[in-house]
Amino acid sequence: MVQSLEARELTRRFGSFVALDHLNIKVEGAKCVGFLGPNGAGKTTTLKMFTDLIFPSEGEAFINGLSVQKDRKRALASCGTLIETPEIYPSLSPREALEMNGALRGMSAGDVRARTREVLEEVKMSDWADKKVGRFSKGMKQRVNIASSLLSDPEVVLLDEPSTGLDPRGMAEVRDIIRGLKKGNRLIFMSSHILSEVVDVCDEVALLDHGKLLFFDTLSNVTAKFDGGTPSVDVAFMFPISEADVLKQVATLPGVAGWTRLDGTRLTLKIAGGVEVRSKVLEQLVGLRLGLVSFRESRSALEEVYLREISTGDS
Amino acid sequence: MSAAPDAAAVPGYHPVIGRVPTTWAQALILSRYQFRDYLRSRRFVLMMAIVAAAGIILTAVVGYYRPTTLIDNSSDLYGGLWAGGAAFVILFAGIIFGGDAIAGEFQNKTGYFLMGLPVRRTTVYTGKYLAALAASLVSLLVFLAIIVGNAAFYLGFGAFTDLAPLLASFALAVLYLLALLGFTFLFSSLFKTSLYAVLVVAVLFLFGFSIISAVATDLAHIEPWFLLTYADGIIAYPLTGVPAHIVHTVNPFSHATMTTYNPTVPEGIGVMLGYFVLTALAGLWLFEREEFT
Repeated sequence: MVQSLEARELTRRFGSFVALDHLNIKVEGAKCVGFLGPNGAGKTTTLKMFTDLIFPSEGEAFINGLSVQKDRKRALASCGTLIETPEIYPSLSPREALEMNGALRGMSAGDVRARTREVLEEVKMSDWADKKVGRFSKGMKQRVNIASSLLSDPEVVLLDEPSTGLDPRGMAEVRDIIRGLKKGNRLIFMSSHILSEVVDVCDEVALLDHGKLLFFDTLSNVTAKFDGGTPSVDVAFMFPISEADVLKQVATLPGVAGWTRLDGTRLTLKIAGGVEVRSKVLEQLVGLRLGLVSFRESRSALEEVYLREISTGDS
Repeated sequence: MSAAPDAAAVPGYHPVIGRVPTTWAQALILSRYQFRDYLRSRRFVLMMAIVAAAGIILTAVVGYYRPTTLIDNSSDLYGGLWAGGAAFVILFAGIIFGGDAIAGEFQNKTGYFLMGLPVRRTTVYTGKYLAALAASLVSLLVFLAIIVGNAAFYLGFGAFTDLAPLLASFALAVLYLLALLGFTFLFSSLFKTSLYAVLVVAVLFLFGFSIISAVATDLAHIEPWFLLTYADGIIAYPLTGVPAHIVHTVNPFSHATMTTYNPTVPEGIGVMLGYFVLTALAGLWLFEREEFT
């Protein structure tokens, strides 16, 4: 079965305020989808309806084809969730909290033990496995919550701003965890404010504003569509690259439609084409032996799209 | 992990982890962990301190005055010490373990952890109810142990020769506990703030019901059968005997006739059962509709 998430006419009103307005979206397959939007756009409201924490005014949410509103237990059986920053009973240890999670999910004691060890190691909380959660910082609790959402090795993972409360190192570790999750056959649906996080780990993005879905597409298509058909990539070199080298070697590469300098070692390249062209440009850049250390979807491009769309929505 | 892809289409079956337990089995699992949390919490220490204080005061008073009407036989001793004290212990246990049981899930955000799991709200409600019941029972049993210890001190083996009335009284106390917890869970579901839930229940039981009872009896001249605190009077009956249902007394000074009502056993059991069922169901109904906004 292909893992899926679907919102059908999902609407939520709080009095006269429409927090989510007839959201229709279907996400299928193993991928990571970033759910973007400014504060109050309706991201958390959507995720809360996907986990039955709040109820829709209209419409329905489905996980793997099962209605969350009609049968939350079966719908959430194959789903790991992290909504807001949940609190765990303060006198329980992470190990006990995960044991409870596993037992409630029907995992065998052996599986729970093994997976608890794995996921606590993954979130770097093994040393704290038997300490009381009540004494933990917000960041440590969030790590345990992430571990809990991964315990059952779920097919679908819903993450609501998973980096909340984490320090920069913790945020980087969360990105690594999500990248690791992508290697499995999983659908990850993650809301975030942090565009660089989305660019780093997501394959597709959905942008929500004022409760309405503005777009949902692959990251490359979104940046390309809103950037005159020319997606951008950020590249970084080990050493400062001279203007002459850029003009002579990089700007002339087939597929490179333009460039801007970010700083001494980094450039943003406009790519004239899709994924294939981008792949070709990467190969050629490596071939130039200029000390390429990074090549990734341009953050600034997504940021431009984000700001443009949000301001259009506001007007 | 055990995988069984061919069974993936079976309702409730998770291809990776197997079958999610039934709602009842999940409630028992949740209650186990919630009970563990209670046992390690400050509130449990507080409850034990209340039980110990009640036990010490009773022990000290009886030890100092040694009233022969109490320490001559087990029924009188148990009737005097256990029955009144049990209702007091149950009231505090209900408030301490049940008052914020549901409201705390919203206020402390622990509900976000539980409700992200494949569990029904009924599971959470029932599991928490069972845990509060278990923690309250522990408190009640500790109080009972103190009373039995006193009885053993004064009566020796005689304290254990006829335990049936005490057991019957304990069973009625448990019924009262079930009803009181149902009531506290109803208010706990009604509020999303623990303090309000605890305050309302405490004020109602410590003052509200007494005032209503006085108004019903003295002004309206009706039996306050509808009050849980009236029904709990039957807890003592197996030990003290069943008093007259209605007692009229004449004030020697004003010559006014005073009426005192005592619940009958069926009435007390019926009211406690009614409170238990109706408030527990109403609380669950409310919790099913509460949102984690």
